[in-house]
Amino acid sequence: MTHFRPKDEVELVGIVQQALATEEPMELVAGGSKRSLGRPMQLPHVLDLSGFCGVQVYEPEELILTVGAATPMAEIERTLAGAHQMLAFEPGDWRALLGTADKTQTLGGVLSCNIAGPRRIRQGAARDHLLGFHGVSGRGESFKAGGKVVKNVTGYDLCKLMAGSYGTLAALTEVTVKVLPYPEATRTVALKGLAVDAAVKAMIQAVGSSHELGGAAHLPAVLSPTGAAMTVVRVEGPVPSVEARAVALRDELSGFGAAEIIDNDASLPLWQTFRDIMPLASPADAAIWRVSIAPTDAPALVDTLSRALDLRYFLDWGGGLLWLAVTGASDGGATAIRSAIKSGHATLIRGGDGLRAAVPVFQPQNPTVAALARRVKDSFDPERIFNRGRMYGDV
Amino acid sequence: MRMPAPDETVIARREAIAADLSRIVAADAVILPEDERRAYESDGLTAYRQLPLLVVLPSTTAEVAAVLRYCQKEGVKVVPRGAGTSLSGGALPLADGIILGLGKFNRVLEVDYDNRCAVVQPGVTNLGITTAVQGRGFYYAPDPSSQIACTIGGNVAENSGGVHCLKYGLTTNNVLGIEMVLINGEVLRLGGKHMDAEGYDLLGVMIGSEGLLGVVTEVTVRILPKPTTARAVLMGFPSNGSAGDCVAAIIGAGIIPGGMEMMDKPAIHAAEAFVHAGYPLDVEALLIVELDGPPAEVDHLIERVEAIGRANSAVSCRVSNSEAERMVFWAGRKAAFPAVGRISPDYYCVDPTIPRKRLADVLERMTQIATKHGLRVANVFHAGDGNLHPLILYDANKPGELDAAEQVGSEIMSYCVEVGGVLTGEHGVGVEKRDLMSTMFTEDDLNQQLRVKCAFDPDGLLNPGKQFPQLHRCAELGRLHIHHGQVPHPGIERL
Ligand SMILES: Cc1cc2nc3c(=O)[nH]c(=O)nc-3n(C[C@H](O)[C@H](O)[C@H](O)COP(=O)(O)OP(=O)(O)OC[C@H]3O[C@@H](n4cnc5c(N)ncnc54)[C@H](O)[C@@H]3O)c2cc1C
Repeated sequence: MTHFRPKDEVELVGIVQQALATEEPMELVAGGSKRSLGRPMQLPHVLDLSGFCGVQVYEPEELILTVGAATPMAEIERTLAGAHQMLAFEPGDWRALLGTADKTQTLGGVLSCNIAGPRRIRQGAARDHLLGFHGVSGRGESFKAGGKVVKNVTGYDLCKLMAGSYGTLAALTEVTVKVLPYPEATRTVALKGLAVDAAVKAMIQAVGSSHELGGAAHLPAVLSPTGAAMTVVRVEGPVPSVEARAVALRDELSGFGAAEIIDNDASLPLWQTFRDIMPLASPADAAIWRVSIAPTDAPALVDTLSRALDLRYFLDWGGGLLWLAVTGASDGGATAIRSAIKSGHATLIRGGDGLRAAVPVFQPQNPTVAALARRVKDSFDPERIFNRGRMYGDV
Repeated sequence: MRMPAPDETVIARREAIAADLSRIVAADAVILPEDERRAYESDGLTAYRQLPLLVVLPSTTAEVAAVLRYCQKEGVKVVPRGAGTSLSGGALPLADGIILGLGKFNRVLEVDYDNRCAVVQPGVTNLGITTAVQGRGFYYAPDPSSQIACTIGGNVAENSGGVHCLKYGLTTNNVLGIEMVLINGEVLRLGGKHMDAEGYDLLGVMIGSEGLLGVVTEVTVRILPKPTTARAVLMGFPSNGSAGDCVAAIIGAGIIPGGMEMMDKPAIHAAEAFVHAGYPLDVEALLIVELDGPPAEVDHLIERVEAIGRANSAVSCRVSNSEAERMVFWAGRKAAFPAVGRISPDYYCVDPTIPRKRLADVLERMTQIATKHGLRVANVFHAGDGNLHPLILYDANKPGELDAAEQVGSEIMSYCVEVGGVLTGEHGVGVEKRDLMSTMFTEDDLNQQLRVKCAFDPDGLLNPGKQFPQLHRCAELGRLHIHHGQVPHPGIERL
């Protein structure tokens, strides 16, 4: 196994061309915190992109940040905090979940896995914030797409393809993302003791209200620190605004029981636990699934799966995101989960190498879509040099 | 504007092709007579005209699929068309290509308030979506000025924006799923009522692909609860620079307004003369800042915006105290294009985005460029995101003025790219900016985009001549210039 660590794009191009010539694929890594996402790969080489690092341009008033793709998230968060800004898609820190606490998370990794936290329902996912990038394709060609301004429709939106491609299309070297002001204040309105169907109804009502929700999640009793199920909705903004909205929400949700308003300081860590999937981090041997569905499908899905599997769960995105921890099923619950989803998709986020080799990690696609995806892969990486087999056997 | 040389053999078969297509769609859905085809000869970029080979108006996805399959088999080019309001010539016909009009796809199929989405056919107008959901207090956020006429299918193809997209995003941030047809007739569903893709975000690439990758036959959009209040501040500034500084200061203070629009002096005067909105005439620049959301927030922020305006040398400042007053503030901005149409027989509008810090400099340069060519320019634009809309004033009846206007537009766009901006923020590349693509992208950049095109449309039959300055053969583009077993850079160090 060879470990390549290019220091600039010219070297990177050379390494990829060499890999093409010898037809030897490589695994792309930067901080290494998410190597266990996707199907297990046994590739002859490692392409270490950690050299593409550092803040290049940060212009708070233009709402843009340009960095080396492997810049650590910690550095990005520090930089943005200096101007009271943030990555509004609220990417989670999954290191505790994935058992990689000693590794570094990088922005390129977060973007490549299209990670988004509770604020997804208001501000979108990583895909919605990547404005432009530079990289080297699996053809060994250096190229760019997008731009360094917040509004741009020049050329195909290849940024969308990069987000969520798990390093299978191009090695990112530089990325430009949209940044937004950090909210001045946060309040949470919490309902206690709701069953999942009532909880989803409450979240639908809250998210559908005019109070501009920045999060809606439900934690069942077994996972709740208080021992009672918690259904929480979040408002963010200037102090007078969040205070008025929290009170209004508490009143409007009173049909679901007495609601409590949680202040700023207690709200922040609460939402961070959802963001980082902390409720399901242990036990470490449970298979973790991320299931994206229409919110109204959540209660029936939870019900069906709870009968079929030994599982714990919580809901984010107002019911549109179901996180599952499954124990005891030989396929990690794959068959039961995928056959119960009406429309949407399930991704196995955590599981041993054996499990991730045995069941499809990503939702199997309709053959027409799969064939198109394969042709798109061909257009960037015809020889399957980058992360061969990470998403699907042939991608 | 040079278009790909038409295939005379296809043109010679016009009637036979029409007959074949009439067996796929209803006979009256194929338009052959020249006078009826003429209605389709142009889109919103009216300087360019071309009669299409034929116009075909399918009613179902199955018909679209059959038409496309036929066209691929027969080597006939296809130009999809919504309402034909594209300002970049995206829907400009080809002499040897059919116009595939989606006008009959005009139904709202489902409104799902609980999941906050609506499923609509592509020919539904942008405003039609809001109309369908406003009874329950919802709306569809992206709001191009053409929203009465333009279709959601066109919006998806152009990734259209509007006044509110700084806060609420462009089309791409508000579409959850589509049904589409590839040129080979395959029907695909991407996304749905859930969020994010299970694999590659093919939906994301489709949005903004200008009709070059596939035909959209159904769209699932996100709908939002309507903000309870909106109030606007109208501020006049002694210079473009101070108005630009004010915009930066508002965003720097952590405020993302629902809308933030700027007008320069020529635009202010034209608009005021047209609608009498009470705009100050002794200022160089006017800013409309609209805050929307919960009343407590709007009232709080409006005071802060006012203070920021004063600190940035605003010489006049009015806050709307009623819905009627807010509408008056907007009346001039909304009528700015027709207002400019009153002071000049014709105008031509381009839409580059720049880093806002270059605003004063770019506006000054625009005036210089226009003056050099003997023309004037007025500016109304989305100040919040730096998306400019210079209106280049000309008279098409004066020889050479159209060419001069286009030259001014292209010099302005090139300068915007030079200062770190992009060619287009919302109108798309189309034919208009096609030949300027190389100011932003290298050949390798463009080739990678073309390869993606090849993954969808290997024969290049969908909307050719748009977006890319050169036509390429997919087989050639796909070839790798590395020979098996031969190491191009043997000197690279292995760690
Ligand atoms: C007065 C005026 C104001 C405008 N204001 C704005 C504005 O504020 N913001 C903005 O972003 N734009 C604006 N536009 C531009 C234009 O309205 C938008 O680009 C709009 O999205 C085009 O929609 P359409 O239905 O007219 O599409 P068309 O003009 O018919 O087509 C546009 C492109 O989309 C493709 N297409 C259309 N339908 C489909 C489909 N179903 N499947 C695949 N491809 C398809 C066509 O091939 C073409 O390339 C304005 C235009 C005018 C005339």
